[in-house]
Amino acid sequence: MRKLIAIAFLLILGFFMLKIVSVFPFGEERWGVSRHYVDKGIEENRASNLVTSIVVNYRGFDTLGEVTVLFLAATALAFLLATCKCRKKYERIEASLTLKTASDILYPLLILFGAYIFIHGHLTPGGGFQGGTVIASAVMLMLLSHFTFHPNHRALSTIEGLAGIIFVLIGFAGFIWGGSFLANNILPLGHWNRLFSAGVIPLIYIAIGFKVGAELSGLITDMYKVTKEEE
Amino acid sequence: MILEYFMIFLLVLMLILAVYVVETKDLLAAVIASGFISLVASIVYLYLQAPDVAMTEAAIGAGLTTLIFIIAIRKTERYEK
Repeated sequence: MRKLIAIAFLLILGFFMLKIVSVFPFGEERWGVSRHYVDKGIEENRASNLVTSIVVNYRGFDTLGEVTVLFLAATALAFLLATCKCRKKYERIEASLTLKTASDILYPLLILFGAYIFIHGHLTPGGGFQGGTVIASAVMLMLLSHFTFHPNHRALSTIEGLAGIIFVLIGFAGFIWGGSFLANNILPLGHWNRLFSAGVIPLIYIAIGFKVGAELSGLITDMYKVTKEEE
Repeated sequence: MILEYFMIFLLVLMLILAVYVVETKDLLAAVIASGFISLVASIVYLYLQAPDVAMTEAAIGAGLTTLIFIIAIRKTERYEK
């Protein structure tokens, strides 16, 4: 009976998905607001990566919400781990020499690559979220290979909070001097396809990169270090 | 044309892997398979000219989520009852 209901639900879902896909033209002529983004996006924001221009500027408020959701998820996880009867146990499992040496070499390179991704967010594919995740996976690699590696939790939360505040402050600066929240006319736009271009977009993406990197690193460290108390 | 057949192959592979993830009792294998689904999805996104989404999918779906699930399995049990 339960399986039948599940199959019926899936069929209904599939039917509506098919409807939606058949109604919306895929890869055809765009109109309305998306036409404006494609035509005027580079002129208005001077970011050669149009996706970043949309994510951080036209839809910047949504991105602020997205960052807030991530923050709430990390906070909820920290809260759950703090309230359960767990203890912080530092595992003392020696990793193999190959893993240790490789992660020693890879760790700075991964951090550099993550920073590269979010600093060049307005020029090349990628941005704050992707770069932050790469940095968090570098921290994860070090946690797996060195049991003596403890990221400074207080520093991570400070970076996270500061980056979030910088994002909101840039938004309010646009509100005061530019006319609307996150307006991109308070800094010179510069030339297309240069590192120092696109106004506040790189600043916001660097802030997001720091925030996501610190948040996910803290989250992984929390999860990795906490173990359930054995009775 | 060959590229389109390759994409169809990738999509079918994703479907098969998804069924395997649901059906298998070994949670570690399920996690690895779901990470592989994300990797294949990121290739498909790249083909659809969405490199930003492809990067997110590869970094978060294939990298971080898999690692977090593996930590969770390490702290609990590997086999489903």
